[in-house]
Amino acid sequence: MPPILVVPIYFEGRHALLDSLGLRLRRTFGLEPRIRQPWFDPEIPFQPARSQYNSTLLLAQLLRDREDEAERVIGVTAVDLFIPVLTFVFGEAQLGGRAAVVSIHRLRSEAYGLPSDERLLAGRLDKEAVHELGHTYGLVHCDVPDCVMRSSTYVEEIDFKSAEFCPACLAEVRAAR
Amino acid sequence: MKPESATILIVDDEFSVRDSLCGWFRKDGYHTDTAENATEALRKLQEAAWDVVLLDIKMPGMDGLELQERIHQIDPEIVTIMITAYASVESAVQALKQGAFDYITKPIDPDELSHLVRRALDQRRLKSENVQLRQKIEQLSQLGEVVGDSPQMQKVLELVRSVAETDATVLVRGESGTGKELIAQAIHANSRRRFFPIVPVNCGALSETLLESELFGHEKGAFTGAAYRRKGRIEMANGGTLFLDEVGTIALKTQVELLRVLETKEFTRLGGTRSTRVDFRVVCATNQNLEKLVEDGQFREDLYYRLNVFSIYLPPLRERREDIPLLARHFLQKYSLQMNKGFTEISPEAMDLLVRHEWPGNVRELANAVERALVVGKPPVVRPGDLPMRIGSLSENVPADSLAAMEKTHIARILERSNWNITRAAEVLKIDRVTLYNKIKKYDLRK
Ligand SMILES: [Zn+2]
Ligand SMILES: [Zn+2]
Repeated sequence: MPPILVVPIYFEGRHALLDSLGLRLRRTFGLEPRIRQPWFDPEIPFQPARSQYNSTLLLAQLLRDREDEAERVIGVTAVDLFIPVLTFVFGEAQLGGRAAVVSIHRLRSEAYGLPSDERLLAGRLDKEAVHELGHTYGLVHCDVPDCVMRSSTYVEEIDFKSAEFCPACLAEVRAAR
Repeated sequence: MKPESATILIVDDEFSVRDSLCGWFRKDGYHTDTAENATEALRKLQEAAWDVVLLDIKMPGMDGLELQERIHQIDPEIVTIMITAYASVESAVQALKQGAFDYITKPIDPDELSHLVRRALDQRRLKSENVQLRQKIEQLSQLGEVVGDSPQMQKVLELVRSVAETDATVLVRGESGTGKELIAQAIHANSRRRFFPIVPVNCGALSETLLESELFGHEKGAFTGAAYRRKGRIEMANGGTLFLDEVGTIALKTQVELLRVLETKEFTRLGGTRSTRVDFRVVCATNQNLEKLVEDGQFREDLYYRLNVFSIYLPPLRERREDIPLLARHFLQKYSLQMNKGFTEISPEAMDLLVRHEWPGNVRELANAVERALVVGKPPVVRPGDLPMRIGSLSENVPADSLAAMEKTHIARILERSNWNITRAAEVLKIDRVTLYNKIKKYDLRK
């Protein structure tokens, strides 16, 4: 199995989530997860004026890894991410590139005043990670209702879709590899 | 059904704005390009046709207002959207007066942005007839898994096509597992609302107290712990379709509130002060006898008439057995691809078993049976031994070595027996519906 680097950034004490994500990456992409501590200062993407982390800058740091044999690199974080024009993002990836990042910050039910639900959170993280990695294989958003590449701009929309690619998206991922 | 042809030009002097908007729209499948200033924008406007131009209101040299005027001289049909900083909302209002479709204030909520662009393209689309024609052709291929050659299903599809384009409320009836949600999706996909979301609400899973926040959403800080604004389902469905599943299970008190929203198309977020207008279509589904519920006083008559404007009945799988081979092959293909296994066919003996089975769980049960066969079987052929039906109904031989295992088996059996009618199963189990839903989730039970 080709490796994928999984980089926890401000993600302490979340082993169960990393385990579930690892299983998902093996199953969906056939990638072997290798956990790596960040090799960069995680404060570089921080923007004090917004108290959030710039996901584009974070992607640039993730791409400075030295492990050339890793097919992909994905950052996983609990801090709130943004891109300059938007109030927040759940994650970001390079379209047709090598790196992706996802945040659980707004995937947590607690953020909306609801009771915590670890199982739901793990499912949402898995879906968002598969979705962002899908972008790295060149996929754009898909309108098939339960396809993981369907765009989700609010948290419950993630719950409407599955963690799987629809046949057309899956064929595209396979063709890209 | 992506508006593949849609093109978006972004004009902003700030690199990070251009870069992040461009990346965002490309992932949405739009053809997107950027320009740093008015001169470059005008050149790109000459070189290609654009549907939407997003432009910064304040740029060195020619500013956004002036550029907008030039754009509309080139092509009055181009939809323009202004990008402003918080400070320049006044000039944005000026831009609206001069023909801008809308404006966005940085930073914008991702959901608002995607909604805005969809509205913009919708307006643009209305103006161009041949685009509509092209989309008609796309629509018909969207019915996916509701496919069937039987006369019953052909009739259903015909009804779907004829009602989809109207904005009428539709009630989809049929046993569980017949694919009522897929019919709702097909109606939505074939309607003029297809570029907006279809938002499902599982009415049976909502307790009375949860319902308000679920349907209406809440403002940031509306109560302790609410760090972010939560969009209610009704607001999510704005422009699109609200799909109310298991509509017969809604509590009487909630029926009153729902009826009011359906009548006024207005709601107020919890902790909010203003009521918000929404525009959505309703498709609902039930496996219950609503007329009987009305008679028994468990379902409001006025709500019943409001929802039952046009109804579509989905026949159970056992009444259209000729569709089984087609559906089985469809699921074989789908799961074989998903699991990356080389299954290509179903043996005639196995197919015979499939066609003769009663399928109390309908299409969903068939899908599960095929999926399981691919897990246990050996490619490329599905054989009778790979199918679960020979084992009989839900097995009695699940090792019940723990209390949880016994509970799981028991709940699964009751659900199966009540044909996944949650209300009925909850009654038998003497627990409330929400508890039952939580247990279904906990044990990962499926129809
Ligand atoms: Zn995406
Ligand atoms: Zn897809």
